[in-house]
Amino acid sequence: MTEVVATNQTILVVGGGISGMTAALEAAETGAQVVLVEKRPYLGGRVSQLYKYFPKLCHPTCGLEINQRRAKMNPNLTIVTGAEVSKLEGEAGDYTATVKLSPTWVNDNCTACGDCAKVVEAEFDDEYNYGMSKRKGAYLPHVMAHPMKYVLDPAIIGTDDAQKAKDACKYDAIDLGDEAQEIQFPVGAVVWATGWKPYDAAKIQPYGYDRFENVITNVEFERMADPKGPTGGKILRPSDSKEAKNVAFIQCAGSRDRNHLYHCSRICCMASLKQTHYVVDAYGDDADVSIYYIDIRTIDRFEDFYTKVQAMDNVKFIKSKVASVTLGENDNPCLNGVDTEGYHRYATEHDLVVLATGMEPSVSVDSFPVDVEINREGFIEPAEKNGGIFAAGCASDALDVNRAVQSATGAALKAIQVVNRVARAEG
Amino acid sequence: MSETNKATIEQYRNSFLSEVEANVEEGEWVKMCMQCGVCSGSCPLGKHWAHPPQEIFMMIRAGKRDEVLASDSMWMCTSCYNCVVRCPRQLPITHIMHGLATYAKKLGLVPQNQPTAKFAEIFWNNMMKKGRVNELKLGLSLYFKDGFGAGIKESLRNKDLGMKMMKAKRMAASEFFGGHGVKDIGGVQKMIQKAQEIEDARMKKFD
Repeated sequence: MTEVVATNQTILVVGGGISGMTAALEAAETGAQVVLVEKRPYLGGRVSQLYKYFPKLCHPTCGLEINQRRAKMNPNLTIVTGAEVSKLEGEAGDYTATVKLSPTWVNDNCTACGDCAKVVEAEFDDEYNYGMSKRKGAYLPHVMAHPMKYVLDPAIIGTDDAQKAKDACKYDAIDLGDEAQEIQFPVGAVVWATGWKPYDAAKIQPYGYDRFENVITNVEFERMADPKGPTGGKILRPSDSKEAKNVAFIQCAGSRDRNHLYHCSRICCMASLKQTHYVVDAYGDDADVSIYYIDIRTIDRFEDFYTKVQAMDNVKFIKSKVASVTLGENDNPCLNGVDTEGYHRYATEHDLVVLATGMEPSVSVDSFPVDVEINREGFIEPAEKNGGIFAAGCASDALDVNRAVQSATGAALKAIQVVNRVARAEG
Repeated sequence: MSETNKATIEQYRNSFLSEVEANVEEGEWVKMCMQCGVCSGSCPLGKHWAHPPQEIFMMIRAGKRDEVLASDSMWMCTSCYNCVVRCPRQLPITHIMHGLATYAKKLGLVPQNQPTAKFAEIFWNNMMKKGRVNELKLGLSLYFKDGFGAGIKESLRNKDLGMKMMKAKRMAASEFFGGHGVKDIGGVQKMIQKAQEIEDARMKKFD
């Protein structure tokens, strides 16, 4: 049984991605009691699925490691994974949170030795790699998972595989009798950091994501570039596993489009410029990158990054929202449209097309367990009626990691103010 | 604001955009275009036009009045609505193109011998006579629009089709003599005339 000790001076952080981790740690390090609830079996969220950050092209693993270390060292922070907030009632300084805990079947005895994964036979699409590879029914979500525990896929429970995993475990870490439970505890303030998900590219019908193998999304491309990813870091065409040297990026795939997402997702321009580096790093002079764009939105110091990519000899910028993707020879996607600089019509084939899909809030408008002000784009607006609930990171707007962390720190500060008020009132 | 600033702004304030906004159906949308080019790329007839929609919109904003209104582009639109469904800002592009065509016609700036414009005129005149479209006469007028010789040639080329249509009672030779119409054609004509007056009164003057 999971026990959560909390009072109405406790801060509840919903979501354990980069924003939630930041808000939880910033608050806990000031001395506040914090409970962090995460739906996935591990912390780090979508940032853990990134290969490199822009603009420094450093590895997110570095920052995650620091945050995980801070989390392990802090006695004020309670982390609950595999958990979802199903209800939140009350008002600022006096909320009751109801949290659903999924059964994990793996307890803290787990040493991540991996013996269970060796004996389990069933395989599933690996969600960590956006389905581009398979994982076992008993698996470590990724090499830096925190908590560092193996996870059993719910689909193997009740099958021979589950028993095999249990029998293989030398540490008695698997308890197949584990059941879902619901817990309730009081909290004073809430930081809502449920983050984003990539827009469903199949909805952009003319781009053929659901029809053409060599049309992929930017999050999939990110996994491909990662040495720990499905291709071992090689940039390959899904159709024939040949090297993809001639790569096209389609910007605003879903974003800034009233038929899809109203907002500019803010990250996709820099993401594509960053991913251009991956192609050029992999293939040098043989790389041939085309970026199809409406306008490139790189603000502040990001402008330098853009200027440097523009100066590369093997990178072309085509000012055009691509009208459609058709199938050319050799499974090459063929991009059709009009280059608005000179009004030239083009039909250009590429080895691989990457859709710079935008971000949408991961919680849909009608499934919030609490009444907060939500804007047309689905993000949480700061409002009086939100009471002691503060949105952080991509729950509040489409943000890059840098701005998400700033937003999370701000939300933590607001939450601290609420619980401090409670503390003063209660003397 | 300084006088220099005002003078600079004045250079960019062109009256043609205001004219389109005031006098062209759905013209107020033109300023919403963000020049992404998806309409031009999606147009199935795009490569046959002088100026695809997004270029026309840019030309309007650049004040190229003569080039826009004398262009054949808006007459090439087949109303397939591909541009409308794909426009990320949901501009009624098809309607704007037809609005521009109507306005150009009103001002007498339609390019000479533009076939679609000519057909539209034939259609209108045909319909206004009886209040109904006389299909036989409409077809023949279209065949003979480029002169008597060309008309005979075109009629002979289509004679088999015509015979089949008559056999299937889809066309009647008797329509050539007068043809049937609505009960009160005078009333229809008056109604149209009134609508025309209302529309003309709404037009703003731009010089």
